[in-house]
Order: sequence, then structure tokens, then C-alpha cells
Amino acid sequence: MSTELTTMTGAELGAAIAAGQTSAVEVTQAHLDRIAEVDGRVHAYLHVDTEGALAAARAVDSGDGPRGPLAGVPLALKDVIVTRGVPTTVGSRILEGWLPPYDATVTAKLKAAGIVILGKTNMDEFAMGSSTENSAYGPTRNPWDLDRVPGGSSGGSSAAVAAYTAPLSIGTDTGGSIRQPAAVTGLVGHKPTYGGVSRYGLVAFSSSLDQAGPFARTVLDTALLHEVMGGHDPRDSTSIDAPVPPVVAAARQGATGDLTGLRVGVVKEIAGGPGYEPGVEAATRDALARLEKLGATVHEVSCPSFTYALPAYYLIAPSECSSNLARFDAVRYGLRTGDDGVASLEEVMSLTRQAGFGAEVKRRIILGTYALSSGYYDAYYGSAQKVRTLIGRDFAAAFAHADVLVSPSTPTVAFRIGERADDPLAMYAADLCTLPASLAGIPAISVPSGLSEGLPVGLQVMAPALADDRCYRVAAALEADHGHPLTQEAPSL
Amino acid sequence: MTTIESAADVAHRYDPVIGLETHVELGTASKMFCGCPTTFGAEPNTQVCPVCLGLPGSLPVANATAIESTIKIGLALHCDIASWCRFARKNYFYPDMPKDFQISQYDEPLCTDGHLDVVVDGRTFRVEIERVHLEEDTGKSLHVGGATGRIHGADHSLVDYNRAGIPLVEIVTRPVLGTGALAPEVGKAYVTELREVLRGLGVSDVRMEQGSLRCDVNLSLSPAGSGVLGTRSETKNVNSLRSVERAIRFEMGRQAELLDAGGRVVQETRHFHEDTGVTTPGRSKEEATDYRYFPEPDLVPLAPDAAWVERLRAGLPELPAARRARLAASLEASEFELGSMANAGVLELVAETVAAGAPAAEARNWWLGYLAQQANAAGVEPAELAITPAQVARVVALVADGTLSTGLARQAVDGVLETGSSVDEVVAARGLVRVSDVDALGAAVDAAIAAQPDVAEKVRGGKVAAAGALVGAVMKATRGQADAKVVRELVLSRLGAPG
Amino acid sequence: MPEAGVGITRDEVAHLARLSRLAVTEEELDVFAGQLDVILGAVARVQEVAAADIPPTTHAVPLTNVLRPDVVTPCLDRDEVLAAAPAAEDGRFRVPRILDEEA
Repeated sequence: MSTELTTMTGAELGAAIAAGQTSAVEVTQAHLDRIAEVDGRVHAYLHVDTEGALAAARAVDSGDGPRGPLAGVPLALKDVIVTRGVPTTVGSRILEGWLPPYDATVTAKLKAAGIVILGKTNMDEFAMGSSTENSAYGPTRNPWDLDRVPGGSSGGSSAAVAAYTAPLSIGTDTGGSIRQPAAVTGLVGHKPTYGGVSRYGLVAFSSSLDQAGPFARTVLDTALLHEVMGGHDPRDSTSIDAPVPPVVAAARQGATGDLTGLRVGVVKEIAGGPGYEPGVEAATRDALARLEKLGATVHEVSCPSFTYALPAYYLIAPSECSSNLARFDAVRYGLRTGDDGVASLEEVMSLTRQAGFGAEVKRRIILGTYALSSGYYDAYYGSAQKVRTLIGRDFAAAFAHADVLVSPSTPTVAFRIGERADDPLAMYAADLCTLPASLAGIPAISVPSGLSEGLPVGLQVMAPALADDRCYRVAAALEADHGHPLTQEAPSL
Repeated sequence: MTTIESAADVAHRYDPVIGLETHVELGTASKMFCGCPTTFGAEPNTQVCPVCLGLPGSLPVANATAIESTIKIGLALHCDIASWCRFARKNYFYPDMPKDFQISQYDEPLCTDGHLDVVVDGRTFRVEIERVHLEEDTGKSLHVGGATGRIHGADHSLVDYNRAGIPLVEIVTRPVLGTGALAPEVGKAYVTELREVLRGLGVSDVRMEQGSLRCDVNLSLSPAGSGVLGTRSETKNVNSLRSVERAIRFEMGRQAELLDAGGRVVQETRHFHEDTGVTTPGRSKEEATDYRYFPEPDLVPLAPDAAWVERLRAGLPELPAARRARLAASLEASEFELGSMANAGVLELVAETVAAGAPAAEARNWWLGYLAQQANAAGVEPAELAITPAQVARVVALVADGTLSTGLARQAVDGVLETGSSVDEVVAARGLVRVSDVDALGAAVDAAIAAQPDVAEKVRGGKVAAAGALVGAVMKATRGQADAKVVRELVLSRLGAPG
Repeated sequence: MPEAGVGITRDEVAHLARLSRLAVTEEELDVFAGQLDVILGAVARVQEVAAADIPPTTHAVPLTNVLRPDVVTPCLDRDEVLAAAPAAEDGRFRVPRILDEEA
């Protein structure tokens, strides 16, 4: 039964536990065993909370605990989401050993739903990266090819689900950190509408862009998890006071394979061309053809300001991060180095931050500090915020003629570990397709569109703010048309 | 200690320009961006949570009452209320700031362009308010190992974040010109009046000694009549009304001496020393501070609509200036007397005492005199004394009808303060009745004469002034209840001295 | 994508690192200066389309007046809070001597 339990979907596991065909403890133990078996090679997890997971599972099995479609189903949580009493490092040395005294709202919602948190997943330090190579604790490997990256920054969360060490996981997406890893590991990953999921307890990288979202091997699982984690939170001023969009219903409706009347816009500026692998372009063309077959109409739209999304993003995110990461100052929590009783606080702060942050984090802090400086603010940060307005206008115009907009999720398949490590701009290009939706705060999903030379490719489906359900409907239709989750085609580990 | 030229002398050669930045801690129950309590004097780091400790992942949510209090302050100061504004992050590293940035307001303050009129020596000065904005307070550092508890020379510091995140309103004036020799008094009068406004609004307990009202004083001098603004100094943490006046006075003298000698005033931060009354330069920074302000992405904009603002305006209490005008008539008091009463925190008490039937002068004397002393001795505000204006009026009435002497009246007040009983209960319980019955006093007078024969002899010899000792002895023997005037007449007639 | 840099100097990067409280090494300064010059050259393109009449977007979702009632909620336990600190003394966070009084 054990192997079977790790290949079932979250929905199936939840139903089996509810029906008494298996127990939450059995399911949890099966996944813990799977972690013990394969995670040494994948390195998706930074911390496995065996005791906590089994205790949560026992609570579900006791019958007095939480109930719901995912009660007793295990999940891997990105290490950027705060968990009370369980290490939360954000992939950084500066928070090594920190035990948060509180739970993030997302963590609390998972617990309330009876979801079993197996552990915390690896990530690019402070979510800055597209490969998970920037983790202070070593890279995570792509289960499809262990020499390749699992995407990033939520690479631990994508790898955990792709490696069948968890049926569900949670990542965060600031410029593409859910969609790009989902694409290169053959998963479904959704970035909700900004404000749709609480950020309380999400260690901030770029406050105006960060958004947590679900990963799973199927669209329905992704939607079920979205429904659990979403919704208004009075602790987050930017949280939208509206019900969670009907994502589960949309996933079920989409699974019927009927998209009649749906207007699909292909965004010319991020559809392909130089920098896009032919295999990615081919998979995208194939996905568009299948959408038409399912009843959708497909036409091209132009969003000219999208070509400025990457420069705008690489000003806004570093600027906000330079301020958000100031608090790691060796005073209240985390690392302190250089305190020899003689050095001043200023020196200790500088030595600690130097030792505690990796190169990419330092590079972005310096860049952001520059962009916010009084003499440069208007030219850099101010201009970037204007580009955001232009991108929002382009989206509004495009959505006047399309229900959803699509593009490849990322221009290439998973690249090899080390391939882009020394070239920041090449690394940043992985976010080319995902950045516009981040800057506009709109929802976007990555759903598998096929394989290129044996490696997964994802299609991004974007919808207007609060219309997350449209993303799920289209993704579910594509998934149904393919016939089975793409991960079933992955080589075994 | 250097001798400093008087403000009047300085004003002959220079026009002083003052500017004041006042920080007010609002008296909300919870902090600005989290639900932690704001109680003063709690054990260190017991009023903290993930938000006000700046723990990773925490987020701020603005306190509705703090926003409303700030708008009320703006309205009371005749400001325009922004219809849309944002919070901003002010970025700088400092250990008492948990996030190493302060949530403040930068180019979009909630309130702008107001004024506050103050009266000094019968002249009205209009102090223009540039802005009123809302921010969060910092924690407090204790510097250990240095000689003086100061940061300089300390071995290490200890930080308490209880105060971090308490809502703090900053009220900034425009440069105040034309005050001349009265600059120190105008500065003090402004802060005094502002404190009254804030107290009247009920938005803060405005206790300078507890730091809930703090002042920075800017001062520059320009050659008289030149109209050319000089370089200003910023004196930080001037934390009493008297210090505002002293700091301006000192800076006027210091800068005048510097300019007279052909020197230049350096734009710098200075610290005021309460003990010596002087200012000294703060640590100069090698690089100008760049706070890298940007709109706070974790908070959404504030957009007070007209209905909200008008509702707050309609709920404003009577402002001190208007109240003083009204009370001036009912209390028959001069502007100066009103100022004294306001400063002592007894204006309302006097007015209520008058309303309860006491003559204005009597009511004023009680509250500014004996009762103010008792409050001072007990370390409380006069309003916190266990005596009501109605009780004070009753005491006044008993003195007026001859039932109590002044001394007995004080005993009656003491009794009320001690026991909380009514005036009449205290008078009855303690037998506080003036004794003027000649027969009843005769024995006491005879006893006093018998006890001090040498004094009696002097009086007989014509030294009438010596009779005071005998009168005092009688008063003591009768526990103050005797009518002193009657006693004196009895003593003199018994000893055959002229009355 | 490499484009012409904006001419950010090694000294400027050193200044920014000091402002950011990062005790970067000499080698890092060399590397960062070169990389930041290239990155800034690439991102400076935003100025091409940032016309004066375009309002900036600071919040993707247009919300206003999100406020909470002035109600006290539970605090954290001090022992737990101080246990996470690098150093504590007398119920407070202990820090090395402070040089620069910025506040």
C-alpha cells in the first residue's frame, strides 16, 4: 500500500482517509518513508518535522480533529512561511536555528484544515533566484534529471511534489517563483491574485509582489489547496475582503474538457522568439491547438509595455528587499557574528549581514539601496512604478478582448545546475514570461503543456484580478485532454 | 559656565526665527500597527508581539483610533485634511527600531497648512503649522557601563521594545518670524497652548516628564531687518515647557556670540541639558543621512472622505482659546490669570467651582494656592485630588458665613482629601467650629498669661506686638478653633494694653 | 541583453554597502561593481517610457482605509522572545556599544 499512497493525489488521499480506507498516520508515514528513501538525492527538504507531522496525523485520525477534503493529507511548506516552534530559515544562514514564536496565517489555515505539514522546503535565499542554487544549504535537484535545477525560488516545493515525497506543497511567487518551478518539474502551480492569500507570516522579499500559492500534480489538488489557504485576513492590510474565487468548481468544470466560447489571447511579446527554446515554442503551439480543439478561440494580442517588465521588476523587488531585509541586524533574532566585546554594534551588524547573506541577496540589497537613494529615486524606483501602471493598462486592454491570456511559463526547460550561476542577467531571463502578471497583481497558473526532449514544459494562463477560477478551468481542460498528470511520465528516481 | 547675552539684547542686532517639531504619543489603548497595549512603565519587553518586534513575516495594520485622533488634531489646528495619503518607510539602521525602518509619512502627511495663535505679553502671534503626520515610536535603549548613562563611553546597551510602535504624531511649524526678544516666550507659549489643545481633545495624556510630549527646537538668527534666513540649529529632546524657553534663550545667545565674532553657525543637531541649561553639539555624521523614503507597500492608502472628516469635526470639544474667551467673562480673569490657571491645569476646576456658587477670586485662590500645593506634594494633578469643585465651593461658603476661619477651612479641606467625606461631615466629625464666645475663651487666655508671665509683662509695658505669642498659645490650646481676632482683644484687655 | 553600463563606480558600491551595513570584501566589491553596472544599464530602460503624466502604481490592488479597531490583543511571552535573541540581559535585548547616534 505504501508506494500506492505516495502516488495518489491529495483529493484521493483525503477521500480514502475520510472513508477509513487508510489513516492519516499511514499516509504520513508513507511519505516520511519516501523522503528518507529519495530526498538524500533530491534535497527538497531543509527540515523534516517527523514528530509534528505524525502528531497532526494522529489528531486527524482521532476523529476529534479537523475535517475537510484534505484532512490528513501531507504537505511540504516552503521555508519562507513561518511555523511556530519549527525552524524557518528562508534558505539563509542569517536565520539558521530560528524558532518562530508564531504561525503564519497560511500555516494556521493548513493546520485548521487538518493538513499534515511534513517539513520545510529548500528555496533560493529569501526567495531571490530561479534555480534554488542560491540556498545557503545547498541546491535542490530536479527529480526529472538530477543534474538540473527544479526552478526557483520555490524549487524545494516543486521538487518535493515531483519526487512524490508530498502530494501537495506551498510556494511563494514574487516574479514567477511558483510558475517557473512548476513548469520545469511538470507540476501545476498557481500564483493567486495579489491579496488573495494572506502574507502574514510570509517572510517578505518584495512586499508589493509576494504571494503564496499551491503546487500539486493535478489541477484539482491545486484548487483544493488554494481554497484552504486563500481568503481574507485582517492581519494583512493588503488582503482582499472577498470570498475565495470558486477555484474548485472551476477545476471540476474544466475537467469536462469543454472550453466552448472561451476567448484566449496569446501575448505576442512573451510568446516566443530569441531566447525561447524551440521545444518550448513547440509545446506551446501544441497547447494552443488543443485549446482550439476544446472549443476556445485563440487570437494574438499585443502588450507592448511587457518588454519593460523585467527592468521594472529588477528595480522594484530589490528596492523593497533592501528595506525588508534591514531587520536582520543581529539584535532580536538570528545570527550574530563578530561580537568580541570590542567591536561596535555597527561593526557587528555589518559583519553579521556580510556573513549571513549570500551573494545574490547582497547584490540585490545594494541595487535596491541605490535605486531608492534620493538622487536616483525618480529615475529608477519611480519610473519602475510607472511601468507597472503601463503594464496594468496593457492587461486591461487585452482582457477587453480575451477571457484569459497565455504564454509559455518560462522560455526554457530546466537548465543544468551551475549553468547560469555566474550570470545574473541570464538567470533573471527565466522570469521573462511570469513578471507581467506579478507586477499587475493578477492571477496566473502554470500547467504542463508537454515535454521537450524528455523535460517538462509549462503553459502560463493569466486572468483578471480575482478571476483565479478562469486559470483553473483552462488548466483543468488541458490536463483532461492530456489524459493524466505529466509527472506520471517522469523517470523513476 | 558661560554667561549668555539676554534675548532682548540679542534681538537688537538679530531677528530670531524659531521652528518647533513636537512629537505626541497618542493615548490609544493599543499600538499603532498591532494590538499590544501601551501602558507606561510596564516591565521591559512584556508589551511586544511579532509586529512591533519586527519579526520576519509580520505585517502592520493601522489603528483606526490613531488615524481619527490625528485628524482631530489637524482639525483643531485648522489644517486641511488630505483626501488621500500614504504611509512611507523611513530607512535607517538603529537598534531601537525593530524593522530598521520607521513607518512614517513623508511627502503625503495627513494634515497640512494650519495654525495656532498664542498670546504673549498681550500680543497675539500666529504660529503656522506646516504639517501634522502620524508615525510609530521607537523602543528605548539603556546604555550600560558609561559614566553618565549616556551612549558615549557605554560598554553595551540594553533595548526594550515596549514603546516601539506606539502611535506618535509629529506636529511641525513653519519658521516663526517677528517674535524678536519674545522668541523664548513665544516658543514656550506655543508648546503650552498645543498641550492644552491636545489635552482638550483627549487624544494624549501629554506628559512631558513621561515623554508623551517631546519637543525639538530649531533656531536661526538673521541680521536685524535683513530678511535673510540664517543657518539653523536643531536642539533635540527639549522635554519641559521651561526648557523650551531656556533652550531658545541659550541658542539665541550662543549663535549671536558666534556671529558677532565673525563665525558661522553650523547646521547641526544639538542636545539640551536640563541641569545646566546649555546645548551641546550632537555627534556629527560623516555622511548626510539618506532615509530612502518610499511608499509603505504593506499598508494601503488612507482616504478620509468628507463625511468622515465632518463627523470628526462635529465631535470636536470646545478648543482652549474659545473656552478661555468664554471663561474669561465668567471668571472675571485677565489673559494672564487664565494662562496661569491653564498651565496649572485648574482652569476647568475653577470654572466648575464658580458654577457651584463660589466667587471667582476665591475659587481661583483655592485652586492655584492651597490645593495646587497639596496636589504637588502628592505628585498628582489637581484634578486628581479627592475633592470636587462643589466641595471647594462649600468650603468657600462656610468661610464667607463665618462658620470657618481660613485655618479651619484648610483643616476641612485636609479632612476631605484624607477621608473622601463631605465637607459638612468633616466639619461635624472634627468639631471644626470657630469659637468666639468670650466666656469660653477667657479661661484659655488666663492660662496662657499665667504660663508666660514674662511675655505678659512686656505687653503690659506697652509692647503690644509681643501679644502674638499669647494669641498663638491660645490658638494652639483650642486647636485652631478660636477666633483669633476675639482672642487678641481679650488678651489686650486683660493686660490693660491699648487695643 | 548586456548593454552599456551607467558608470557606477567601485567607490559608490562601497558607499552603498556601508549604507546597507554589509562588510563586503575587496573581491566582492570588484565583482559587484561590474555586475551592478551591467544590471543598472539594463534596468535603466524603464526611463524610456516613464512619462511625467503616468501615475505610479505602488499597490497592485486598489484598497484604501484598511484599519483595525483600537483593541488590545495578547502579547508574546518575554522568555520565548528573548530566548531567540543573540544576547539578553535584565529582560532586555543586549547589543554591543552603539557608535553612531542617528536617532
